[in-house]
Amino acid sequence: MAPLVAAHGLRKSFGKTEALRGVGFEVAEGEIYGLIGPDGAGKSTLFRILATLLKADGGTATIDGLDVLAHYRPLRRRIGYMPGRFSLYQDLTVEENLAFFASIFGTTLRENYHLVADIYRQLEPFRHRRAGQLSGGMKQKLALSCTLIHAPRLLLLDEPTTGVDPVSRKEFWDTLRRLRDEQGITVIVSTPYMDEATQCDRIALIQEGAFLRVDTPQGIVDAYADTLWAVRSDRMHRLQDDLHRYPAVRTAFPFGETFHVTLHPGASARALCRHLEDCGHNNVEVRPICAGIEDCFMSLMKKSHES
Amino acid sequence: MKTFTVFVKKEFLHIFRDRRTMLILLVMPVVMIVLFGFAINTDVKDSRVVLLDHSQDELTGRIKEHLLASPYFTLAAEADEVSAVHRLFRENKADIAVVFGAHFTEELTRTGTAAVQVLTDGTEPNQASIRSSYVEAVLASCLPDLLPPGTAPAAYRIEPVVRMLYNPQSRSEFNFVPGVIGLILLLIGAMMTSIAIVKEKETGTLEVLLVSPLSPFVIVVAKLVPYFVLSCTNLMTILLLSTRLLHIPIAGSLAGLVGVTVLYILVALLLGLFISTCAESQLAAMLLSLLLIVPTVYLSGLAFPIGSMPVALQRASLVFPARWYVEAARKLMIQGVEMRYVAGECAILAGMAFALLCVSWKLFKTRL
Repeated sequence: MAPLVAAHGLRKSFGKTEALRGVGFEVAEGEIYGLIGPDGAGKSTLFRILATLLKADGGTATIDGLDVLAHYRPLRRRIGYMPGRFSLYQDLTVEENLAFFASIFGTTLRENYHLVADIYRQLEPFRHRRAGQLSGGMKQKLALSCTLIHAPRLLLLDEPTTGVDPVSRKEFWDTLRRLRDEQGITVIVSTPYMDEATQCDRIALIQEGAFLRVDTPQGIVDAYADTLWAVRSDRMHRLQDDLHRYPAVRTAFPFGETFHVTLHPGASARALCRHLEDCGHNNVEVRPICAGIEDCFMSLMKKSHES
Repeated sequence: MKTFTVFVKKEFLHIFRDRRTMLILLVMPVVMIVLFGFAINTDVKDSRVVLLDHSQDELTGRIKEHLLASPYFTLAAEADEVSAVHRLFRENKADIAVVFGAHFTEELTRTGTAAVQVLTDGTEPNQASIRSSYVEAVLASCLPDLLPPGTAPAAYRIEPVVRMLYNPQSRSEFNFVPGVIGLILLLIGAMMTSIAIVKEKETGTLEVLLVSPLSPFVIVVAKLVPYFVLSCTNLMTILLLSTRLLHIPIAGSLAGLVGVTVLYILVALLLGLFISTCAESQLAAMLLSLLLIVPTVYLSGLAFPIGSMPVALQRASLVFPARWYVEAARKLMIQGVEMRYVAGECAILAGMAFALLCVSWKLFKTRL
């Protein structure tokens, strides 16, 4: 089956800044495709090109067989785009917001109610409340409803969960999966939260306008070749310096309560443990752990910088 | 079309649900007109009049009695020479002076016409012209009393020769109405409109509108329509208030005045559109509009006469649409000229509208 979205060699510069440096990828129908990367990696630029808002300097992109440049008009009815800072009309009520977005896409709430029924049912008790007075999670649901109301085949969601509480974030991902399973909607979604990457079918790690790797979350984790150690002691503030100064340590990144450390071949965790105790650390703990998406990202990022 | 009306309705909702916006849009024009109007009306009572009478006969004496009997005048002093009159003006002890020549009575009885010189303080042109018109009214109404019984008053005339001291060219009367219209429409058009558009940029809704099947033209027009309607409402309120409450006559054609104003509203709205394409935040839009509005107050001639400005500032004033509007509106409202005498101003305003349309259209499109 032909992919729903196909992009080749997309590049875009703003003045001297290269936002995208030749990005190509394919998204299959019914897939939740995640763009994972830090702020400024080029995610929003990529979304704007796919949403027909921005012209790429080079490369091509087609969605559902339609070119984003040549066929932007018919294409606009088939995509639902939620911009990064999308925050609805704060002074309109829930119902008014939804009715407005329905009408500008040439449909009505009644006609397409079934598409949003699942999400909108939770909002209905508040339908006369102004959007500005909703909680963050509720706003997100309303925004998604507004994006879905014209029955798009592809959702382009630019950081939809930024600034939303963890419970609402989890609900949001559940909703996306239901849309995929029940309505066959394809989703391209970006997030700066690495822990959300596992919610996607496939993810692309993006950094400085280029894709580092595309795979399933499991595939990316499995491809992590090094042994990873979680290191902690009771003098965390000094630990970073001592780790970096130890020649056998290859990388050491802070991860909440611990440092995630990789060692050069031949070095042992025991030796590291002893070295840290010699440096004056007590309760040193060095244990092997499985790599997460963020570890993979850090490692890929380092490699791309080195090459 | 249905989409368009839904869109326009939504814009009205934005306006009606924001009390501060409503206050600025609908109450401020009324407050400004009433304040300006009454400030002028109360000031002209109890004008201090200086009398300089070179005739000193029975007739001039009776005229002076009539003048001082009027509630509008109180006697500041009886001067005996012109220099004393000027001194009283400079010391701010007089608002108006009435001067009778040495041959006043003789001229009146011999030729039927006699001149009275009326000197006013031109630093307050509005008050000055109201005061001199009161003097004229008193002179005209007292004439029948002065003549011997049996003579036809129509045969006699006392002709006031009005001279404005310190600001002789000022021919303005009720200057503030065109000025206030010019300012308020600029405020609504440029500031409120640009803020309304930039707000959609801030909330990301503009991007969604742009990816919708709506054409950018429809989006822009739908955003402008409510402000156009409100501007017209304000124009009506201001004109009603000035004619009914403040009794300011509209000397020229009302249709012409409305026509020129609608053209000016268009320029103001396009200015707002232009600002919105330059600004990224509501704050930036507001500051940009203020940058435009503040010099407009000083350079459009609504507060200070352009003729008395330095040449550099006179040149600078040429780029402000309000300058041309205020000029045209004054001609129509106060001088009552025919439409063809304001064709130049109209052409310039239309040119500005066209230029703004082209520039903002180009800027708006590149954001697609």
